[in-house]
Amino acid sequence: MTPFLICLGLWTLGGVVGLCGGKRILPVSASAAVAGSVLGLLTAAKVLATGDGVAFHAGWQMPYGEFHLALDPLSAVFLVPILVLCALAAVYGVGYLKDRDSRQIGGAVFFFHLLVVSMCVVVTAKNAILFLLVWEIMALVSFFLVMLDSRRVEVRRAGWIYLASAHIGTAFLLVLFAWMGYTAGNFDFDAWQNLSQIGTRTASVWFILALIGFGTKAGFWPFHVWLPEAHPAVPSHVSAVMSGVMIKTGIYGLIRVVALLGPPPAWWGMTLLCIGLISGILGVLFALAQHDIKRLLAYHSVENIGIIALGMGGGLLGMSYGMEEAALFGWAGALLHVINHALFKGLLFMGAGSVQHATGSRDIEKLGGLLKKMPVTGSTFLIGSAAISGLPPLNGFVSEFLIYVCYFKLALGGPLFTGAAAAFAIAGLALIGGLAAACFTKVFGVVFLGEPRTDVSSHASPFSLTTPMALLAASCILIGVFPSAAVRGLTVEALKAIGLGLSPADVGLLSLTSILTRLNLCIGILIALLIFITLIRAWIISRRRISQTVTWDCGYSAPTSRMQYTAGSFVQHFIDLFHLFLQPRERRQNPIGYFPKKASYESHSADLATRRIFEPLFEWIQDLAEKIQWIQQGRVQTYLLYIFVTLAAVLSFQAFR
Amino acid sequence: MTAWISEFVPALFRQWAFVLAVSPILPGVVAKTKAWVAGRQGPPVIQPYRDIVKLFQKGAAYSRTTTWIFRAGPVISFSAAMAAVLMIPIGGMEAPLTFQGDLILFAYVWGTSRFFTMTAALDTGSAFEGMGASREAVFSCLAEPALFLGLLTLAREAGSLSMSDLLSVGLIRIWSIHAPALCLVTTAFIVVFLTENSRIPIDDPNTHLELTMIHEVMVLDHSGPDLALIEYASAVKFFALGALLVRIVYPIRSGGFWAGGAVLGIGLLGLSILVGVIESTMARLRLARIPQFLAFAFVLAGFGVILTLAAA
Repeated sequence: MTPFLICLGLWTLGGVVGLCGGKRILPVSASAAVAGSVLGLLTAAKVLATGDGVAFHAGWQMPYGEFHLALDPLSAVFLVPILVLCALAAVYGVGYLKDRDSRQIGGAVFFFHLLVVSMCVVVTAKNAILFLLVWEIMALVSFFLVMLDSRRVEVRRAGWIYLASAHIGTAFLLVLFAWMGYTAGNFDFDAWQNLSQIGTRTASVWFILALIGFGTKAGFWPFHVWLPEAHPAVPSHVSAVMSGVMIKTGIYGLIRVVALLGPPPAWWGMTLLCIGLISGILGVLFALAQHDIKRLLAYHSVENIGIIALGMGGGLLGMSYGMEEAALFGWAGALLHVINHALFKGLLFMGAGSVQHATGSRDIEKLGGLLKKMPVTGSTFLIGSAAISGLPPLNGFVSEFLIYVCYFKLALGGPLFTGAAAAFAIAGLALIGGLAAACFTKVFGVVFLGEPRTDVSSHASPFSLTTPMALLAASCILIGVFPSAAVRGLTVEALKAIGLGLSPADVGLLSLTSILTRLNLCIGILIALLIFITLIRAWIISRRRISQTVTWDCGYSAPTSRMQYTAGSFVQHFIDLFHLFLQPRERRQNPIGYFPKKASYESHSADLATRRIFEPLFEWIQDLAEKIQWIQQGRVQTYLLYIFVTLAAVLSFQAFR
Repeated sequence: MTAWISEFVPALFRQWAFVLAVSPILPGVVAKTKAWVAGRQGPPVIQPYRDIVKLFQKGAAYSRTTTWIFRAGPVISFSAAMAAVLMIPIGGMEAPLTFQGDLILFAYVWGTSRFFTMTAALDTGSAFEGMGASREAVFSCLAEPALFLGLLTLAREAGSLSMSDLLSVGLIRIWSIHAPALCLVTTAFIVVFLTENSRIPIDDPNTHLELTMIHEVMVLDHSGPDLALIEYASAVKFFALGALLVRIVYPIRSGGFWAGGAVLGIGLLGLSILVGVIESTMARLRLARIPQFLAFAFVLAGFGVILTLAAA
């Protein structure tokens, strides 16, 4: 455990140093971060390999609270992506923050390091009070990170939405943990093991509380509204961390609580399945409609959280029907997707940050042809795009494959209703995959391919920006090419912790291993084919006459780069097809006459949940608040009266009890 | 281990050899059928072989706008097609690559191929190719759920997640019990087959206008060996998805690789003639109608799933 504590210490130290120094101290903070992460990763790797947890207790003057940290396999599965991505983000930050105002740099480094420390403690805390405390610290420091650029009005709006939704979520968790702790008579997670004996009714209420509380952080639809606001507002390496790993702490919390609650009824799995489908499909649809690259990526986080929820739902359904094999595949897929999403989403946000760093623009309609100027950023972004679309031979495919197998098994062996639900999940996953691929061909094609659409200056990214991206892309490929080793190394011990009670000779585990070994062989053959045919083609091409020319323009003699297909036109079919959900607001000025002068077209899809759920809800709350405003009269005497009445009420309540 | 390798490697190469030898004749048969219905002589059925050989011998011209993505596209689509055919059982026995869940990989490998074809199209910076990529993205992502639901129906009937079991001799028994579900799935798969292979009524490979095409316009700028790879890959794709369809309609009872392969080949020739007849007698749908057509396939496959679920 000591290396992990040193890791936390090094991260904190790096943050404090960063606060004091300016931009010259940035590499020092980053090296502290990397060193700390390596130490932490060593501990986590040992836990994942052996399955034996390590714990740390310390005395603490907090009522009901104890400073109890423990690193068990489930914590380690979440700790690995946190430490990997955050260390790389810290390195990225060195190059990314350099040009910023030095007043901002100190805050950015300090709060970023505190965010990482709080995330590490969240996934290892074993006491409910400690958990809630660091959960709150995590929410607050990320709020400060969102507000770094608080002179801009949209940033203040984003910060406000984030703060409100984070605390609505925490309110549910407060109730949940107070209730669970009251029932168990203790606030230590280890003492909560016997809560699984509680009746299904209470357990279900707890499940709902956890679903809303943790779901707000994770970004389940409709609680996702803060994501597309907050992620674009922070510096890109922080968006990578927030989107890649911070929202996963919600998933961690949900798994931790569900594992405590005992055998799940079938409707829990169904609920997660529905949430997963809605988040997945609506997330990717709204992503398609975005033109701001970081906002688009934020919506893709909603989609991927939906895929994780689908995996968890399949796992729960398998557990409740006693189909252990299906459950195993579902949970393994969900856990692996947590790691995979951290890798490729981190990579994509860093790519978006490099583009913004080089061109100063996040509007994809203004960009184009960047692959030639930024070869590393472009190529790694392509790998991330293919991975997030779930394409073999990359890592996104492996986790989606496991979730597919889970639902196929449910549909093959489950009762009629479950079979139908599983069929919906399979069709939904297929649709999500297709839509994600469409969205990323759009982003990659419009930003990096073709010709520049406007004359924005651009330059290759510095070394500190490209190295983290290259490492993340390499890990996407590694997990994709060696799925068997990745699943066994990263998730098997944690699957035991979820309560599947696996023994090494378990039938499900054997089938998981054998399927993944064969999948590995197929992927290997695909890779071999790719290499072989590339070589053959290169050999043939080298013996042929090659000429350079212009793109075939269908006989039109003066094409310009403005005439390329835009992102808006690329997705027009989708927007027409799904206008029921997207409800785009269009503004157009049609060309008039034989020699039209000016014409314009604009379309904008505001978030469905914000517009249809939260705006009306908060308006209603405000109306209500205005109606009882007569209580507030601004006279001290009245307030004293209120205090007196309250005191009297409390005392009489105590007296009559 | 060595025994396994000595069995596996020849099976692998036999499969590739068969597919590479047979697949180019299929588009030739389609063209011949169309010519025959129209009362023309038409090119000989072996024309696609000649085209591929000739294209491999030609030089290539690349646009200055393009990057390595444009050159990688054809390689990836050909490799993906070659990997996917390894999961198709040719004769009465198992495919060279088979495991529980290979149907998911089979469906997704085409996704990889499509993704890189679309990015290669966008790499040219041409509005026409962007248009083709956009349409391909929409229609393929609507065809995908129908494909998966159809596979789910078959998987549920066969009680397995492997293509070799789905398309095994057990289908004969399934036809005698669950014919309605299989009919629905077959119809849905015909729609998926036509979509994935860019055939009428979804796409018309033979129009003279770039504006109206989908797949052909995406590969407009490719030339020489790259175009040969693309043409070969689409013939292999025709073979692979066609084999899926043929084996459902006509389950091959037994026989070794070559006997079963001959039966499959005859079935595929029949399918090519059917495609030729469809292309001769139908017009391409308006773009706005295609999503409805694909939704129809999705609904059919969905009913297939419901029928098999209810039967248990």
